[in-house]
Amino acid sequence: MNSHPDNLGYYGTFGGAYIPELLYDNVEELRNAYLKIMGTDSYRSELASLLKDYVGRPTPLFYAANLSEKYGTKIYLKREDLCHTGAHKLNNVVGQALLAKRMGKKHIIAETGAGQHGVATATVCALLKLPCTVFMGKKDTQRQELNVLRMNMLGAEVIPVTSGSQTLKDATNDAIRYWINHPDNTYYLIGSTIGPHPYPDLVARLQAVISQEMMSQLLEKEGRKDPDYVIACVGGGSNAAGAFFHFIGNGTTKLIGAEASGEGIHSGKTAATISIGSEGILHGTRTILMQTSDGQVEEAHSISAGLDYPGIGPLHAWLHKSKQALYLPVTDDEAMQAALSLTRMEGIIPALESAHALAILDKQTFKPSDVVVISLSGRGDKDMVSFQHYFA
Amino acid sequence: MNELTKLLDKKSDNLLSIFFTAGFPTLDSTTGVLLSFQDAGVDFVEVGIPYSDPLADGPVIQQTSTVAIRNGMTMDLLFTQLERLKGKLRTPLILMGYLNPVLQYGVEDFCKKARDAGVSGVILPDLPMHEYTSQYKKLFRDYGLHFVFLITPSTKEDRIREIDRESTAFIYAVSTASTTGSANDNAREQKLAYLKRLKEMRLSHPVVVGFGIHDRVTLQDAWDHASGAIIGTAYLQLLAKTSDEQKAIHELINSISKQ
Ligand SMILES: Cc1ncc(COP(=O)(O)O)c(C=O)c1O
Repeated sequence: MNSHPDNLGYYGTFGGAYIPELLYDNVEELRNAYLKIMGTDSYRSELASLLKDYVGRPTPLFYAANLSEKYGTKIYLKREDLCHTGAHKLNNVVGQALLAKRMGKKHIIAETGAGQHGVATATVCALLKLPCTVFMGKKDTQRQELNVLRMNMLGAEVIPVTSGSQTLKDATNDAIRYWINHPDNTYYLIGSTIGPHPYPDLVARLQAVISQEMMSQLLEKEGRKDPDYVIACVGGGSNAAGAFFHFIGNGTTKLIGAEASGEGIHSGKTAATISIGSEGILHGTRTILMQTSDGQVEEAHSISAGLDYPGIGPLHAWLHKSKQALYLPVTDDEAMQAALSLTRMEGIIPALESAHALAILDKQTFKPSDVVVISLSGRGDKDMVSFQHYFA
Repeated sequence: MNELTKLLDKKSDNLLSIFFTAGFPTLDSTTGVLLSFQDAGVDFVEVGIPYSDPLADGPVIQQTSTVAIRNGMTMDLLFTQLERLKGKLRTPLILMGYLNPVLQYGVEDFCKKARDAGVSGVILPDLPMHEYTSQYKKLFRDYGLHFVFLITPSTKEDRIREIDRESTAFIYAVSTASTTGSANDNAREQKLAYLKRLKEMRLSHPVVVGFGIHDRVTLQDAWDHASGAIIGTAYLQLLAKTSDEQKAIHELINSISKQ
């Protein structure tokens, strides 16, 4: 197994494109275009230049000396929080927006939960002069008002979604429905390694820059490119896919995904898809999701809006099933404590999503010689209100 | 013998079909609605299996699904309700829903229960042709169930021909590129051109038109240029308004009949 799906989009038994015929042409057009366009010199050089000068790559690989001392091992932080707009999300958006332009698309649509992907999309659309519409659950527009203001200031139209549970899964549904109703010039810029083939592969390839950089940075700092552990949080799974990408199947690196268990995996208020989910179809892909015995999709719950999704990308479903990666649940409380601990020990306020990855440090034992890399997927500015409420 | 096969053997034009959501507006509405269709002379029925995340549906069907799930509708209950109608209901039934609840139920169990309840066919819009033929076709055939595919104005000719080859009953032509219930009458010319193009292809299965049929004109267009029409949203809106299945079907028939 490598990091790519087969030509129908399957990672083992997961993936594929379970879409209504209404979307067949759109998805087929993208499937036929993405590898061709991404392989051209002009695409590669424009992407490389934007990643360097606009996104701010390569992001540092920071040796966290104080954390390392506490846990008795060597801990590095991959600083995706230093990307423009504050998270890894921009890597994917820049890549897809350049693709959309080359496909001749005139209008970008996106879904967003916390608003991070929406802000990233609105940002790149402003840069590339592309009209942009972002679908966001009505509940989330209220919880994440600052990001709505950012998107508006960037010139994007934000549509509050009132269907279903009014959160990320429903925003995704409505983005897809909009695409069905406006198939001609619209490009659906999905925010994670989810959705029908080719999206999971497309997004994973664009986020793979994370592990690409880790390899050369580790070679320089540790004299070897493969770490012993890579740890990342998993919502839909894009920062984890990017951080794992070049290490999948290498025989040395242990891959750990942190999923949000909310108030606990059996609390009824959780987003721990792998812990309590089962196989099925969500948003056009065969994967693992949280559902009732009757196959209705359940609402997720996490204190971190970016992990508040009842499914997981098909790559992760497969890495889990084939035991190539380990997925562990992290509660709201554990994530909060891990966030505070990083802030006080290293002077870095992490995003609540990323704090779930940090919390894994308390759940595993490491050898002094181990090299552990944690994907610090985003910064905590957006979560200041949650922190304030929690620690008050 | 399969009721839909029987119907299509003897009737191949002016077919009228109605879609409704099982368990809406109340949990027990399913049987009354079905009998009211039979009395009104509806040719065949699509029984919607409610799903939490119906991607291809507009707001009306989404809302009826939400209500039906809240009412407690489940797959097992639906099969029980249909079983009870055996002997009373002769109108052919097609189950229409999304793949995930069927997977959870178990595809083979689903096929078996459907056959035992007298169901003639199944429509699962998010089960694409390739996945159907490679994974499930044999099961559906073994249980004597038709599988109905959708085509849209953007479906290419070679794909339509392939769908025609894989079909066993009729082809469901979505009239415009849209989710269910968007009545875009402006696109009438395009829609007619599309239906004419389908007719000229001389497909081996009848074409039945759905999505956006809501009045006499849209119905007559479908009858003139194809074999039949499926009405969903327009009926559910009436049912939601009246909460009375007799009234709803009569108002619908009135609104689509010649003056
Ligand atoms: C900082 C950050 N990390 C992680 C995620 C989760 O997404 P994914 O699993 O695709 O990386 C989000 C989503 O909004 C995010 O904002």
